[in-house]
Amino acid sequence: MARKKSREVTEVNAGSMADIAFLLLIFFLVTTTIASDKGILNILPPKLDPNIPPPDIKKNERNIFNILINANDDLLVEGEYRRSPEGLDSEIKDFILNFGAPDEEALVLFNSLPASLQAQAQRRPESSDHPKEAVVSIKTDRGTSYELYLEVFDLAKKAYFEVYGERVGLGADEYRALTGNDEASKLLQDRGKEGIPMAISIAEPNKIGGN
Amino acid sequence: MSKFKKKTNTTTNIPTSALPDIIFMLLFFFMVTTVLREQDLLVEQKIPQATQLQKLQKKTLISYLFIGKPKNTGLYGSEPRIQANDVLISPPEIVQWVNQERDMLPESDRGLITISMKIDKEVKMGPISDVQTELRNADARRVLYASTGKVPN
Repeated sequence: MARKKSREVTEVNAGSMADIAFLLLIFFLVTTTIASDKGILNILPPKLDPNIPPPDIKKNERNIFNILINANDDLLVEGEYRRSPEGLDSEIKDFILNFGAPDEEALVLFNSLPASLQAQAQRRPESSDHPKEAVVSIKTDRGTSYELYLEVFDLAKKAYFEVYGERVGLGADEYRALTGNDEASKLLQDRGKEGIPMAISIAEPNKIGGN
Repeated sequence: MSKFKKKTNTTTNIPTSALPDIIFMLLFFFMVTTVLREQDLLVEQKIPQATQLQKLQKKTLISYLFIGKPKNTGLYGSEPRIQANDVLISPPEIVQWVNQERDMLPESDRGLITISMKIDKEVKMGPISDVQTELRNADARRVLYASTGKVPN
């Protein structure tokens, strides 16, 4: 009678396999860079038709908040020289909410604003008539550094987002975080923007400095 | 002992020691086949900081332009250059590049193409404005100035 071979099940010690898998996992976690798509959105103006002369816009000087940045990174804000863009956001905010000479539509808008924003209306005659007319203009030279330009642009956006946010009872950061994906956040977004267009104009740079 | 002894204790558990190997094979397969679309940057990229960052919802709509001083100054000079995909291009070629990128999008989204401009801090406004003029010519008017968050102080 043939003796039955006792077949032993030899078990490979697989306990450390998990450790190796974890090492690999951690390696990939560390080396993978997730590209962040965050930034400041800017909508460029449409291309000008060479056959049609550019529209002659008559706009009162008081409705334009002029920011000039030269090739030495000096600023000229509303005709006033300064070295750094600090404090520009609150000035732009004051400018937007000035309500110097509101028309009927703007008065309706003004009355719809929360009291905290209404209180910021300084009603100075030399500043903007109402938010719909107000334009923030940023003009640079070709030699202006991109970093400073972006900083100024950032501050102008901040001023608008603060107004929008305050209107719906949110902070500027919370307002910016609204995705507009669902009904509620879309509604908040629209309510914040309504009647106050974000008018930031980027002028063609002067041919000074740079190349 | 009878001949028809009832079979005893048949081991029913399947040996699982080979399972990690199978998993590893899968892992290696995916590691080899996945192409990390890591672009080789030919220009310097020190992205400026800003506070009012917005995040775009649809990543497929974004195309990237890198602007900065070339890393290989011996070959490309020290003036800021534009990198699209893997090559350095000159401003007049942007229109063609935008059209290529746009053709890759589904038809309904073509108007929404967004150009994410990753611009080095050191670049001056001149080259940037040239690029923007070309983007206007190409009718790709949604531009995202890529920037990282600034810690408020």
